Amino acid sequence: MKTLTGFALALLPLSAWAASTEFQDIERGRYISVLGDCAACHTVDDDQPLAGGVPLETPFGTLIAPNITPDAATGLGRWNFEDFKAAMTEGVGRGGYHLYPAMPYPSYTLMEERDIRDLWAYLQTVTPVENDVDANQLPFPFSVRQVMLGWNLLNFDGRRFEPDPEQSDEINRGAYLVESLGHCGTCHTPRNFMGGEGGDKFSGASIEGWYAPNITPNRHVGIGNWSEEELVEYLQTGGNRYAFASGPMADEVHHSSQHWTEDDLYAVARYLLSGAGVDAADWDREPPEPLAEDNAQVRAGSHIYFDRCSGCHTPNGGGEPGIFPQLASNALLNSANTDSLIRVVLAGSRPVATDAKPTAPAMPAFAWNLSDDDVANVLTFVRNSWGNAAPAVSASEVADMRETLESE
Amino acid sequence: MATKLPPTDAVVVGLGWAGAIIANQLVDAGLKVVGVERGPWRDTAKDFNIASVTDELRYAQRQELMLRTAQNTITMRNTPSQTALPMRQWGSFHPGNGTGGAGNHWAGITFRFQPEEFRLRSHLEERYGADSIPDELSLQDWGTDWDEMEPFYDAFEKVAGTSGRAGQLTSGQQDGGNPFEGARSSDYPTPPLRQTYAPTLFADTAREMGYTPFPVPSSLVSETYTNPLGVTMGPCTFCGFCTNYGCANYSKASAITTVLPALIRKENFEARTHCEVLEVTTDSGGRRATGIVYVDSAGRRWEQPAEIVIVAAFTFENVRLMLTSNIGEAYDPATRRGTTGRNYAYQTANNVQLFFDDKNFNPFIGGGAVGMGIDDFNNDNFDHAGLGFFGGGSTRVTPIGAAPINARPTPPGTPRWGSNWKRATVDNYASTMSIGCEASNYSSPNNYLSLDPTYRDRLGRPLLRITFDFTENDLRMAQYVTEKTAEIARRMNPRQIVANPRTGPWDGRPYQSSHVVGGFVMGADPGTSSVNKYLQVWGVPNLFVVGASAFPQNPGYNPTGTVGALAFKAADAIVNRYLRNPGEMIA
Repeated sequence: MKTLTGFALALLPLSAWAASTEFQDIERGRYISVLGDCAACHTVDDDQPLAGGVPLETPFGTLIAPNITPDAATGLGRWNFEDFKAAMTEGVGRGGYHLYPAMPYPSYTLMEERDIRDLWAYLQTVTPVENDVDANQLPFPFSVRQVMLGWNLLNFDGRRFEPDPEQSDEINRGAYLVESLGHCGTCHTPRNFMGGEGGDKFSGASIEGWYAPNITPNRHVGIGNWSEEELVEYLQTGGNRYAFASGPMADEVHHSSQHWTEDDLYAVARYLLSGAGVDAADWDREPPEPLAEDNAQVRAGSHIYFDRCSGCHTPNGGGEPGIFPQLASNALLNSANTDSLIRVVLAGSRPVATDAKPTAPAMPAFAWNLSDDDVANVLTFVRNSWGNAAPAVSASEVADMRETLESE
Repeated sequence: MATKLPPTDAVVVGLGWAGAIIANQLVDAGLKVVGVERGPWRDTAKDFNIASVTDELRYAQRQELMLRTAQNTITMRNTPSQTALPMRQWGSFHPGNGTGGAGNHWAGITFRFQPEEFRLRSHLEERYGADSIPDELSLQDWGTDWDEMEPFYDAFEKVAGTSGRAGQLTSGQQDGGNPFEGARSSDYPTPPLRQTYAPTLFADTAREMGYTPFPVPSSLVSETYTNPLGVTMGPCTFCGFCTNYGCANYSKASAITTVLPALIRKENFEARTHCEVLEVTTDSGGRRATGIVYVDSAGRRWEQPAEIVIVAAFTFENVRLMLTSNIGEAYDPATRRGTTGRNYAYQTANNVQLFFDDKNFNPFIGGGAVGMGIDDFNNDNFDHAGLGFFGGGSTRVTPIGAAPINARPTPPGTPRWGSNWKRATVDNYASTMSIGCEASNYSSPNNYLSLDPTYRDRLGRPLLRITFDFTENDLRMAQYVTEKTAEIARRMNPRQIVANPRTGPWDGRPYQSSHVVGGFVMGADPGTSSVNKYLQVWGVPNLFVVGASAFPQNPGYNPTGTVGALAFKAADAIVNRYLRNPGEMIA
């Protein structure tokens, strides 16, 4: 009896932190890592997954995502489950130092315990890579991690995910995926001056010189015009008739959502399109009137459009399904923020290629043969044609983006 | 010395149409495949951006997409008694370079050869008598037949999204298509392109004269098309920068717009670009290919061992590699023995220009394969008894886009420069059209490919030497079909017509056609052919040589549809026949 008790006591603390070695738990953990898109920040080289090194440009400076392989010296090899859980849910690393919220712990804190546990089990199976990452490249005073104490006080509530009993299981699953693992708001919700999520949820935000668009059910500036199938198609294949995933979203599709199960993608689509997670007062607004056809910018832009754009996007803005996005009634064109629009006209864009859509048709670059005025005019034209309506684009906005691109 | 690399299941030389198709089929069958390409990786987004691709100086005049002659060229002469000289700027033809190969800058015309073509010698002897074929022609059967070819034409068209209208389906004749084509198992994947004014006028006149015009089959797709590999193409916009250019609109089928975007994602495939293959290595008895040796862009030499070697470069390089690798016996025109280099053939390009006063053809609108044609005077579609020649041509109007440097049609007698020339180009630019007749070129014992004894490439290897001239047969044919074309032209009632039948001797300077074929031909008899009907080299069972080099002669059609079909045919043979009994000739 004594022996048995001793044996049981010896087991207890072990079970509290040891990672599961069961195949189904590890495989589930691998899928959790895909849902959480860990690779987006932690994988530079597909041959060395999760070995860290992706630089993240933040308004406060550069952070480099650390090595999360089980390497003892440079990775998480000395961590136990409790250390890992604290990082995921409290933003505190092993030994008590504070993480910066570029690591989306304000979203991951919503994760279910089992998901964190399985993810940890999976991380133990990744090939250890020796790669010493100096994560903190921030300038003073942001380089002092203690400042995060105050930040957390103001921006972090540490709550767990609570399903809404009024909603279906599917919507709740979608909510969990969007709010927690998918951490959609990290890019799509505007940030306050401290870099915390602030402003209207999912109403779109600037990120790394791109605009992560509004993903509320607003039909004019959000994704309310998209069907569930179109949203799933976008996340699963990298494109639909309105858009191909480019910029940071291309990475998201490449590493993450193309590998999600269809059930999970539909759950996300239903949750986002239902508006269950956002306050209707924040998004349910009347669209503005388009600028008049005789507006000087609209008129000048129409000529440029027919010369330079209509070959692919077609004269009526209808596009060609599967290869050239339709511009008509395309909410992505109506956003107040024009970063992505100006960027793709000036620099062109190569969207993500997936097995389902390997073509990855490119938008050509026009920086070399369209002036700032030309770009402003043609964008003003498409933003006010075929069901679109949005403020005029100014040449100075184009000049600013041109400068940004030249410095990249 | 070459560094030996780990072996692979199959190595493919050349990533143009043939190489990309075969590599994809073999990868899908589970083989590990390495593709080796002498030129760069080409990609629509990066290389053929709409904002920069419409550059006639860069692409048409300076030939940016073509093989650099400093890297590799050919020498040419008309007869065996002459000394060949090297071609230092491409004239008569335009060999390609890089992934996609010549398929990037082709026109897109995608005919299937007719059923009789595959047994041409037998067909002509049956119809015109056993002694009817003159000694100057070395026409041959292909060792295959229509029923064996048709499924692979179908496979190629479905990959390329080819637009057109069927004239013959297995279910019966169709209105509006080519009545002379072989029966098709299915219609074209996309409907015919719309037509501009010149082809419409031609077709109306041809119809009045009792001929049967049809839309030229075109691998410029007419509507958005996603092929069986999941790759999507956009509809042709008639931008006019087509032949000699890469397509910016994802409309012109090529390996880079239809195959490689899917293939490059597959784990079992690896592409090595800027790697030029020096030889196919064989075992001591020459009975088995052991791999290839290639040189990379840094000048390092690598040996890539492989269980199966597929040579799928352009015609010229296929034949040169076989000659430098001592595969088969080099052809000797004096004894007519040997098969490597045998039956080189070309295309007999003719045309008739029509100068009008009162018409505006908007000739800047066009595409390489936009047009209407008739086949009433092609191949053996008309009775050749008593005509003194065999063969014929595809008669058609295909406005490829009249770009400003090259498209300066002026009537004879116009000064070649100065204000009167300028005025004439203005007067005639919009009101001139042309009817082409892309005619057959029948192989002859004195037309062949061999290694040049004098000139070498930058790596010290002998250049390929072309010995070629038009035969009496082909020159008579050219006169006949051009006169038939001129009859249609006169009926269209222009102010003036200028008929340009091809005349000899072959001149390497003016562009005529890139349809160079033969030199490593297919057939049923190892004495007169290099590969069997599965494109498998006689006596070297694990070596396959695929491309227009396999054509025993050239009918009055563009070759690419048949190159694509042969690639699918070879791939099918490897996967479904050869691998069941590897190392043996397919029975």
